[in-house]
Amino acid sequence: MQEVLTGMTEPVLSVRNLTVRLPRGADRENAIEGISFDIGPREIVCIVGESGSGKSVTAQAVMGLLPKRDLVVTGGETLLQGEDTTKATIHRLRALRGTRMGMIFQEPMTALNPVQRVGQQIAEVLEIHTNLSAAEQRQRVLDIMHAVKLPDPELMIDAYPHQLSGGQRQRIMIAAALILDPALLIADEPTTALDVTTQAQILKLIKEMQSRRNTGVMFITHDFGVVSEIADRVVVMQHGRVVEQGTRDEVLRRPREAYTKMLVAAVPSLVPPKRSPVEGKLALEAKQLSKIYGKRTFFNRKARIVKAAQNVNFHIRKGETLGIVGESGSGKTTVARCIARLIEPSEGEIVVDGVNVAHLAERDLRPYRRDIQIVFQDPYRSLNPRRTVGQSIVEGPINFGMTHEKAQQKARELMGLVGLSSDALDRYPHQFSGGQRQRICIARALAMGPTLLIADEAVSALDVSVQAQVLELLDSIRKQFDLAVLFITHDLRVAAQICDRIAVMKNGVVVEHGTTTDVFRNPQHEYTKALFDAAPGRDFGAQQSVA
Amino acid sequence: MGGYILRRVLSTLPVLAIVAVLVFLMLRLTPSDPAAIIAGDYASSEQIEGIRERLGLNEPILKQFIIWIGGVLQGDFGESFFYKKQVAELIGERLEPTLSLSLITILLVVLIAVPLGVIAAHNHGTWIDRFVMGFSVLGFSIPVFVVGYILIYIFAVTLDWLPVQGYQRIRDGVGGWLLRLVLPAMTLSVVFIAFIARMTRTSVLEVLNEDYIRTARAKGQTEIKVLVRHALANAAVPILTIIGLTVAILIGGVVVTESVYTLPGLGLLTVDAVLARDYPTIQAVILLFSFAYVLINLLVDVAYTFLDPRIRY
Repeated sequence: MQEVLTGMTEPVLSVRNLTVRLPRGADRENAIEGISFDIGPREIVCIVGESGSGKSVTAQAVMGLLPKRDLVVTGGETLLQGEDTTKATIHRLRALRGTRMGMIFQEPMTALNPVQRVGQQIAEVLEIHTNLSAAEQRQRVLDIMHAVKLPDPELMIDAYPHQLSGGQRQRIMIAAALILDPALLIADEPTTALDVTTQAQILKLIKEMQSRRNTGVMFITHDFGVVSEIADRVVVMQHGRVVEQGTRDEVLRRPREAYTKMLVAAVPSLVPPKRSPVEGKLALEAKQLSKIYGKRTFFNRKARIVKAAQNVNFHIRKGETLGIVGESGSGKTTVARCIARLIEPSEGEIVVDGVNVAHLAERDLRPYRRDIQIVFQDPYRSLNPRRTVGQSIVEGPINFGMTHEKAQQKARELMGLVGLSSDALDRYPHQFSGGQRQRICIARALAMGPTLLIADEAVSALDVSVQAQVLELLDSIRKQFDLAVLFITHDLRVAAQICDRIAVMKNGVVVEHGTTTDVFRNPQHEYTKALFDAAPGRDFGAQQSVA
Repeated sequence: MGGYILRRVLSTLPVLAIVAVLVFLMLRLTPSDPAAIIAGDYASSEQIEGIRERLGLNEPILKQFIIWIGGVLQGDFGESFFYKKQVAELIGERLEPTLSLSLITILLVVLIAVPLGVIAAHNHGTWIDRFVMGFSVLGFSIPVFVVGYILIYIFAVTLDWLPVQGYQRIRDGVGGWLLRLVLPAMTLSVVFIAFIARMTRTSVLEVLNEDYIRTARAKGQTEIKVLVRHALANAAVPILTIIGLTVAILIGGVVVTESVYTLPGLGLLTVDAVLARDYPTIQAVILLFSFAYVLINLLVDVAYTFLDPRIRY
């Protein structure tokens, strides 16, 4: 590390005063403005920042992948081993891509061509840049598939992307990016879409591959846990400018700038705060809840049966937050949907006010609809873009017989409660940021006067600083309305901070259930332990809470 | 897959049965008498009655139907009232021009429309894109017969490059066969080129925003291969669906085109048979058309599995 910093080795990438202009009418003039940083061989530099900070634009500028008409490099240079890629011709750029610089992306689900075999997609790099015969190409592909530790490369080479798991697909992407040993690997949020345990494996793989091959890595992320796990150096960006850069320990432990301090402080700690047990009235009880998809019939005896949730038991008291934690496919969202009766459970009971609502017909269910409200993960898609915020909020109460004037009055009060001004009611969802939209979604849910609020990954799509604010809001309305909250999340840090009790789910089954403090301090089940071990930057979190 | 195809083929039988009943009934419920048409203007009512008896038209409708359907099940479509020939033989003679015209039209459509759509998508928002789209609006705004006469006027009458009308069998020379089909095929294809170019553009545009397109570019792939191998391959399913529909609509379209260019195909046969109330011929031709529709749909569905490995039956 030291020799890189003292300049003994040439950097593989040197970004100098790079400025990229935004199209007219954007909220600021430049997407990135006068940014400079270096990446040395064998060095992992994390570019950290919230959405809109210009991280991905920087990566695309280096690769020459900026959308031509919208984003234009107006100043500075990006020197890849001394060669300025911003001034290279398209032919030169194509020759450099894949050979001297490779790139992997956030969504391994969509970054691979779904109609082409994965082996072919790796081999495509060889086909473009080398004269190897088909047999030689195949051998090279098999070798790299071995190197990225894909199981059974001989079989997998002819598989299609949809037959692979998310982690496996990301390994394919890494294989394609590294097959010609580029000097620079650009990784744009490569683990954000993955489960924690998979994320841990992919991070380890990237680290292993780059140190063996002397690759310099530009690692874009918003996750400080990941930063503390793999970064050699950190570049912090905000509104298209570099706020601060330094070694990992400098930036994470001794941040100089106020913005960095705020970002670091906003990361929820993995150590849960002290909470006293909630003694309120029972708001909801789930008994032996199961949801099974698919049915074997006489004609279709081989039909696939998916047990999405099996014998799930829990209760939530008024004023209490129960967290359901698990990876994708664990059944946590299925449980939430059963509870809200968006789907009918196959078996079991859901008891609200002494009534089992699990199998009620839609008409009988109606009175309970207002008792249980949901806030969804993606605030960009859960509000109807053609209706004003006000229309979205009053729709529910009016459906349940409230007068228009009273509903409007209530909407105005709620806007104040969630920290927005009441003139927001006449505007449309696209005029708000992600955090503001999530506040609107919370107001919409509260307008119904629920006893139980389900937050299904409600803060997962938000930047850390905004996430902290929305979590605070959720906690304060819980207190104010004595709400029971069912908090579904994959994020252990968030769960540690907001939940009174936690249920850990895996493959449709609750494997562990206890108070947050107990589960975090002394996990019993193997899976829970594995989950905690995989959480990136555990030391970072622990150190945080002490400070 | 084999089982799927078998099930699909079997499921066409009820469709064809319903078509058979409907066609049979509708013809007999329309107010007109084939016997009177065959007998001519000066026939006596005894003569007409004689003809009815000979054709079996005086039997109750149910009995007529049973006789006819019994024949169809044995592959006998009966004898044409008008041409005095076996209907099967009649159709056999007329099949070649129609098939030739349809095939050449489809070939023309696919070869022109798909590249046009891809080029427009690639140059999205530029004058090239606007030109292609402008052409396509024009293309499906003008009726087929207008296009037909305009093309005849330009290429046959004014320039004298191509024959105006007629058909030459393929065994009498491929050159003459092709030459006589160029104009009808062009006429027929304009609408579909316009339509499919537009569809292709939309599908490809959508796909061009996908992450794997960016991945391909990040590998250093050339733009043409990005467009064909990654974009078009993924846009193929909706495009193929439309092409399948096109083939089906084409069969309807040949009735008009064959009339304009007097091609002795199934379209012209249908028109003549309808005018002559030639029941057996009409019934057979419509059954054949329905069977073709169903078959094309089946082929399209099977083709999906080759274009997109995620689709399995």
